[in-house]
Amino acid sequence: MPLLDIQSLVVEYRTPKANVKAVDRVSLSVEKGHTLGLVGESGCGKSTLGLSIVRLVPPPGRIVSGQITLDGINVVRCSNEKIRRVRGKRVGYIFQDPMTSLNPVKKIRDHFVEMINTHEPGVSREDALKRASDMLQNLGILPERIDDFPHQFSGGMRQRVMIGLALALNPDLLIADEPTTSLDVIVEAQIIELLKHLKEALDLTLVLITHNIGIVAETADRVAVMYAGRIAELGEIGDLFEKPMHPYTKALLNSVPNITKKDQILSWIPGAPPDLADVPPGCLYHPRCPFVFDRCKNEGPQLLKHDNSMVACHLYDKR
Amino acid sequence: MSSEKPQGRILIWFLPALTGLVRRGLAGWAILIGSAIVAVVGVITVVSPWISPYDPIAINVGPILSPPSFEFPLGTNHLGQDMLSRVYSGGAIMFQVAILSVIVCLVVGVPVGLYASYAGGHIDQLASFVMDSIYAFPGLVLAIAIAAMLGPGVVNMALSIAVVYVPSYFRIIRSQVLTIKELPYVEAARMMGAKGSAILLSYILPNVIASIAAIATINFADAVLTAAGLTFVGLGLPVSTPNWGWDLTYGRQLLTSGAWWVITFPGLMVVLLALGFTLMGEGLSELLNPRLQK
Repeated sequence: MPLLDIQSLVVEYRTPKANVKAVDRVSLSVEKGHTLGLVGESGCGKSTLGLSIVRLVPPPGRIVSGQITLDGINVVRCSNEKIRRVRGKRVGYIFQDPMTSLNPVKKIRDHFVEMINTHEPGVSREDALKRASDMLQNLGILPERIDDFPHQFSGGMRQRVMIGLALALNPDLLIADEPTTSLDVIVEAQIIELLKHLKEALDLTLVLITHNIGIVAETADRVAVMYAGRIAELGEIGDLFEKPMHPYTKALLNSVPNITKKDQILSWIPGAPPDLADVPPGCLYHPRCPFVFDRCKNEGPQLLKHDNSMVACHLYDKR
Repeated sequence: MSSEKPQGRILIWFLPALTGLVRRGLAGWAILIGSAIVAVVGVITVVSPWISPYDPIAINVGPILSPPSFEFPLGTNHLGQDMLSRVYSGGAIMFQVAILSVIVCLVVGVPVGLYASYAGGHIDQLASFVMDSIYAFPGLVLAIAIAAMLGPGVVNMALSIAVVYVPSYFRIIRSQVLTIKELPYVEAARMMGAKGSAILLSYILPNVIASIAAIATINFADAVLTAAGLTFVGLGLPVSTPNWGWDLTYGRQLLTSGAWWVITFPGLMVVLLALGFTLMGEGLSELLNPRLQK
């Protein structure tokens, strides 16, 4: 049984003008110990999907229908108190912007003590601090820096602290929502290395949300490509990179610079993603798709199994 | 850490703070000078029974309206009371009123501001409506109206000043909470499973405390001025209490007859105390911000 199982999840942002479906009938599952990469361009609903897993979609967003099961817990229906205990304890969350994700008036030690005591009130302050300094040491931060304030750390170190906080209670699942977007390339590589190392060492289950295909290629076991709130393609990492099927996936992979090819003009995807408040009929990708044919303009494709992967494209639907 | 003695920790904190203050430039000096002024006035007030040369409310201790002289350094008023003794002891009421009003403001304004603006929705709208209605009145006029209703007395004076000031606390806190509650570290706390009360008390409150301290000290300064003002218009305290406000009232009438000393010295004390609190507040808001510490 997978650790995380999402079945036809629909998340809507209800505004006076329109109901925007940020996540539309998404189904996926993550096995224990595996890493799922969730890729897509800005606004495709990947962060909203991540937030739904801990039921923290900000208003006016709400989960309209579907199922999320995390290790047997029904996330959509369970009580507020139960979901609060899931957050932090069962699911660790790492954010995009480490610069503002720590409380500026609290020392690093107090972040850890608070985190641990929220879920394990019995743990003494000394034990919590012990665990915190061990954790920092594992993450490559000198334990004596535990007495410093967040502003005394650099961006990369703050992200390490955030990772430490997220892992402080040995969660089953770690969700990293663009963990390196606001960091420079060298620090980004270090953080990714760290995540890979932790994943091996702690047998972590990881959901990695990113728009950086390179990071996914390095870390993930399976990849879900999202477009306009829907899953375009879902498959094993090798299949997806070697034999991409969905035209969007192909276009995404082609627009990554490749240093082994000589003087190639970088391709891009013409057009822009659809306005989710006013979606085109048929396949949401058809206005930008080079392989578009009549059926695409009228009928939305289903996510169907093809070879080892799942793909939502009429090109592969032989019915 | 726990083996350290608390006194030791206070000292360790205090000494670098003092030298640190000076290194922090203008803000540090502001706190230093402000707290020195308040401390000096405070000490004078506390020890006034022992250092006053005369009973501040006894009449005819000297000649009527004597100008400053060797025997009466600040002169005497029209009742023959010694002005030096009155200046020494007149601050007690000011401090009581100011401290009491600030306490009332803190007890009412801070929780209401924090909770209403964090909860948002109808609670926030209702609280904002009430506070804005109070805020719409000119402060001193409202204080006079409330003092007139409640009657004279230290507590009533403090209450009327508090009513005028609670909306300022509310507004400052609300504006800060509305920003802070959307910040990633509050969201991060929620992600980590923190309870609503924990988020409010340990993530939001510590981040608005610098503003609360700043407005509290400005509130102190204004309370001193308003207390003097209320007594000045006759809504403060009985004449039998030594009080700078009364000296101002009489001093104003006596000024035309050339007795400048009756109004000048108590007036200076009011200005000095208000200045001290204001300087403290200006500096304190910077000191309490950990991002500005070295």
